[in-house]
Amino acid sequence: MIERPRVGVYICHCGSNIAGVVDVAEVAQWAGGLPNVVISRDYKFMCSSLGQELIEKDIQESGVNRVVVASCSPHLHEPTFRNACARAGLNPYLFEMANIREQDSWVTSDKLEATKKAKALVAAAVSRVAHQDALNSLFVPIDPNVLVVGGGVTGIQAALEIANSGHQVYLVEREPSLGGHMAQFDKTFPTLDCSACILTPKMFDAGNHKNIQLLTWSEVEKVEGYIGNFTVTIRKRARYVDESKCNGCGVCQEKCPTKVVDEVFEAGLGYRKAVYVPFPQAVPKFPVIDRENCTFFKKGVCKICQKVCPTGAIDYEQQDTLMTVKVGNIILATGYDLFDARRIPQYGFGRLPNVFTSLEFERMTNAAGPTGGKVVMRDGVTQPKSVAIIHCVGSRDRNYHNYCSAICCMQSLKFAHLVGEKTGADVYQCYIDIRTPAKAYDEFYQRIIKEGVHFVRGKVAEVTDAARGPEEAGKTIVQVEDTLIGKQRRIPVDMVVLSAGLQARADAKEVGKKFGISCSADAWFIEKHPKLDPVATMTDGVFVAGACQGPKDIPASVAQGAAAAARVLSIIGQGQIEIEAATAIVDEESCVGCKECIASCPYTAIEFLEDKQKAHVVEALCKGCGTCVGTCLSKSIKLRHFTDEQLVAEMIGAMQTMKSFETVEV
Amino acid sequence: MHEPKIIGFLCNWCSYRGADTAGMARLKYPPNVKIVRVPCSGRVSPELVLRTFREGADGVMVLGCHIGDCHYATGNHRTAKRMPVLRKLLEYNGIDPERLCIDWVSAAEGEKFATVIQQFTEKIKAMPPFVEVMG
Repeated sequence: MIERPRVGVYICHCGSNIAGVVDVAEVAQWAGGLPNVVISRDYKFMCSSLGQELIEKDIQESGVNRVVVASCSPHLHEPTFRNACARAGLNPYLFEMANIREQDSWVTSDKLEATKKAKALVAAAVSRVAHQDALNSLFVPIDPNVLVVGGGVTGIQAALEIANSGHQVYLVEREPSLGGHMAQFDKTFPTLDCSACILTPKMFDAGNHKNIQLLTWSEVEKVEGYIGNFTVTIRKRARYVDESKCNGCGVCQEKCPTKVVDEVFEAGLGYRKAVYVPFPQAVPKFPVIDRENCTFFKKGVCKICQKVCPTGAIDYEQQDTLMTVKVGNIILATGYDLFDARRIPQYGFGRLPNVFTSLEFERMTNAAGPTGGKVVMRDGVTQPKSVAIIHCVGSRDRNYHNYCSAICCMQSLKFAHLVGEKTGADVYQCYIDIRTPAKAYDEFYQRIIKEGVHFVRGKVAEVTDAARGPEEAGKTIVQVEDTLIGKQRRIPVDMVVLSAGLQARADAKEVGKKFGISCSADAWFIEKHPKLDPVATMTDGVFVAGACQGPKDIPASVAQGAAAAARVLSIIGQGQIEIEAATAIVDEESCVGCKECIASCPYTAIEFLEDKQKAHVVEALCKGCGTCVGTCLSKSIKLRHFTDEQLVAEMIGAMQTMKSFETVEV
Repeated sequence: MHEPKIIGFLCNWCSYRGADTAGMARLKYPPNVKIVRVPCSGRVSPELVLRTFREGADGVMVLGCHIGDCHYATGNHRTAKRMPVLRKLLEYNGIDPERLCIDWVSAAEGEKFATVIQQFTEKIKAMPPFVEVMG
């Protein structure tokens, strides 16, 4: 026998977030008169432990068997209140939420209208909850293997944390070596410790860990499945070097006659060979042959690398291989792209020889870089006597990216120090605001001020070589309004460094789609909650860490890599995980066996029972989208927790309330 | 001018979160649309829309993820195919198909959400109340 619904309604004030706009006491009193409602309360913070206890007490002592909380978005607190119900012995699916904050008090100017809308939303939830059924969750086992995508410092950190706990990690990296952007830097702010010295041991650990299978020069091609049970197809691109034979001696690279401008690792400032490892400490040590530029692949002759290789490891016949791995969780640490400074033509990059990007400058200051660590002008020999560093190139600029790239102020201060240390040149910092909020960052700023760097507050209008007088002849001139003295200035310098911002990877949207997660308008991956769940995503089992989620410096990226690993380990530790009970079910009585639902299902979760000539939903595969329900012509499939009765009841609840306001007004 | 009664069926992953994003940005829009959350816009059957009009709604919105961004891969493909047919069905039943709004709003598009709601509400407001038209 079905129990008569006894609904408890709880209207949350959310401090003044809701109560400042919606008359919560009025809504609670009004809701008390709705059908099936036995208790209706308003409370300051329903999500607080006292708020949750209110619900639990009413379930246990007053026989409340259906609960409606009107507060924020269910994306924030539906799990909170479902748990409260479960603690009091009520099936969590007998709970419903009305969103009167994000979709009412925060978006409605008129208080009276907001209160009316709150009533309609509460009535809809009350009407719906009476039709809800208790559901039992399904549990699926968790595959303890983990996929980490991206071999920069974030991905390395995540992979090591998981591997150290004893679980198998597949670490996929698109480039020939681990390292990411951090491997390109010379010094890191604010400590000025050597980037390679702190990164390469970690790269080595990741490359040699017994629990990490390193897949460089590889990309994820396809992802199927769901939390606990993903099947991932990875394309291992042909290296044309047999990893089982190569000992990393580097003779091939040394003897290769083809020089190529290295646009990736050397940021276009240096050369590499057609067979190469990007940098000496590369992990793994195996080179790759760049097919586009290799003389043999282009002209059919050369084969010098094959001739000189002492182990016979060069294999021109090698093909891409596809491998399939099974994992329970995925961490994306795919990093960022540098803003292309060519997009701001008035800053002259690519046109004026002595305008450099920040990444070029990083390579220039690196002792292992193309200039051997010397800061020199484009001619490769002349030391600059004056250098201007331009902040916010492509960031905090409505023409390009509105956001602050977070790292450029500190990076620019670091550059100023390095220029001073290496050349003694005069340094001008042209900035909008200096932002140094993290630990020991502002102290670093103070130190750079004391080093005698000139700070010019103003957004640079133009970088030009058109001299207006003899003092500007042969110089690169920075035209900027110094807003602190209220004057236009022309600063003639020998070298300009553009502190370019960070932007999302060019293919971030495509990658997001592959893993079933969304991107923000700026194409950064969207986290589940900006404050409370910064590394999870809306797709269970897929996590994001580091700069792919937004601009970040190294400490923040490393922290996120470790955080994502901790989240994954906590899931693995549970052994199994609860999945949504809101799956579809076929009514075999009325099913006509037309198979339309089978064609509509995105997950091939519906099979056809030949003996009965009926459709059948495989519960473990069903994700509960309900597309089959919308498709079924004989109305024979229902989606649990989103049945027609429930949705219609919700709609009617809202409609009747809106209608009741009309009659009052007439 | 009347205050139209509008029901919006929003997919849980993109459009409902887009509405949340609009809220977090405190964007103001008219209160006429009451949102019913569905897992996917593909869940919205033609009958559900018709049933909503039968209840006296002046307008119905179905908002889902952009094509290609569907949380369920291809659920919204069905929506995209189904809704034009539904418009014909509405017309056949004497319901102005302009009363049905189909659009795609992502979780990041708070501004688009507010604009879509604003524009559809104004459009419906300019039409006579549904119950008057239908008698």
